[in-house]
Amino acid sequence: MKKVYGSAAEALDGILFDGMFIAAGGFGLCGIPELLLEAIKEAGTKDLTFASNNAGVDDFGIGILLQTRQVKKMISSYVGENKEFMRQYLGGELELEFNPQGTLAERMRAGGCGIPGFYTKTGVGTVIAEGKEHKDFPTGPDGAMETYIMERGIFADLAIVKAWKADPTGNLVFRKTARNFNPPAAMCGKVCVVEVEEIVETGSLDPDHIHLPGIYVHRLIQGEHEKRIEQRTTRPAA
Amino acid sequence: MPWDRNQMAARAAQELQDGWYVNLGIGIPTLVSNHIPEGVEVTLQSENGMLGMGPFPIEGQEDPDLINAGKQTITELPKTAYFDSAQSFGMIRGGKIAMAILGAMEVAENGDLANWMIPGKLVKGMGGAMDLVAGVGRVVVVMDHANKHGQSKVLKECTLPLTGAGVVDRIITNLGVLDVVEGGLKIVELADGVTEQELRDLTEATIVD
Repeated sequence: MKKVYGSAAEALDGILFDGMFIAAGGFGLCGIPELLLEAIKEAGTKDLTFASNNAGVDDFGIGILLQTRQVKKMISSYVGENKEFMRQYLGGELELEFNPQGTLAERMRAGGCGIPGFYTKTGVGTVIAEGKEHKDFPTGPDGAMETYIMERGIFADLAIVKAWKADPTGNLVFRKTARNFNPPAAMCGKVCVVEVEEIVETGSLDPDHIHLPGIYVHRLIQGEHEKRIEQRTTRPAA
Repeated sequence: MPWDRNQMAARAAQELQDGWYVNLGIGIPTLVSNHIPEGVEVTLQSENGMLGMGPFPIEGQEDPDLINAGKQTITELPKTAYFDSAQSFGMIRGGKIAMAILGAMEVAENGDLANWMIPGKLVKGMGGAMDLVAGVGRVVVVMDHANKHGQSKVLKECTLPLTGAGVVDRIITNLGVLDVVEGGLKIVELADGVTEQELRDLTEATIVD
């Protein structure tokens, strides 16, 4: 089966529909599927729910879909860098569900592994725990009971992911901290579309060094990436 | 003289033990890495997917694929390892990270911590803070003892929404060091030139002997 497509628009053709649930990789602007987000903007798909750690900035990342009012709801852990996001959220135009960062990552991983719910200590005793099932387990010192809350796996209609390299079968290699949410996001999508900087020949990636096997990847494109830096921080040269 | 930011960070660095894997929060905790005692080797975790975080790059060497949890450009070390966000928080939730050093808006005498949201103000999100305080072996808070209006941040009960309930082990402020113990807080140390009375006057929480 052919996985490699000529462009982001072609790779998304027939997949997008209004009201769909999309899981996106990336942390801040690092490792975001910038080409696929741009193609979703061009396609004009509306009422989208995004599970994504962040919401981009005003003119990059998911921010470009906020400008065009294509997003109905965000499931995120931190959204502080986006003025348009805040304007829409405070104006009641955009729903927001905060998830602790690790809970969001595990919700994606769990969904991709066929696990509809799991228990975690994260958020117990906070607003995050309100309305969620609580259960005690003997995990404390000397078997003392500790309280956990149940969180649900994420099952998304579509995962959009950015990797560094792929082979035509969809085996993926990520680079440095641009890996972040991309593997768990890829796992939880019914369909997973991936953009990479380079598609290399099958057989040229070391099978021992594949970060995410191609079983999770349905469609694949290669493209030029801007890879914007959000907080350029340096030290003086010695 | 109360401790300044660097002195608080230096005091917090004394908490580190050789061989530990540690997560440092944003603000004063970031400065802790400048004061790691000689002979103590710690590995810094960045929760966006890295162990062995190096210093900021020199100009021209910034890599958009290499950032810390504050989204700043950083560098790697020979011992660096990268992993995805689910594994990153797996090691946090699984108790593999020995200690987190975090800033706070309020801490209560029962170890409750508030550092993510002020009702009525812009809410940006908790990021990884709730996962860290619930998962790591030991939570050390570094913050000013009072807010800019002179009101204590070391309280009987937190007034702000919690990041974690009963999670703080030790508090390092500009006035000294306090431990969360049965019944309240115990004074461990006073900053140079700060009297016990001065610390008690700025502490709303119960202090036990």
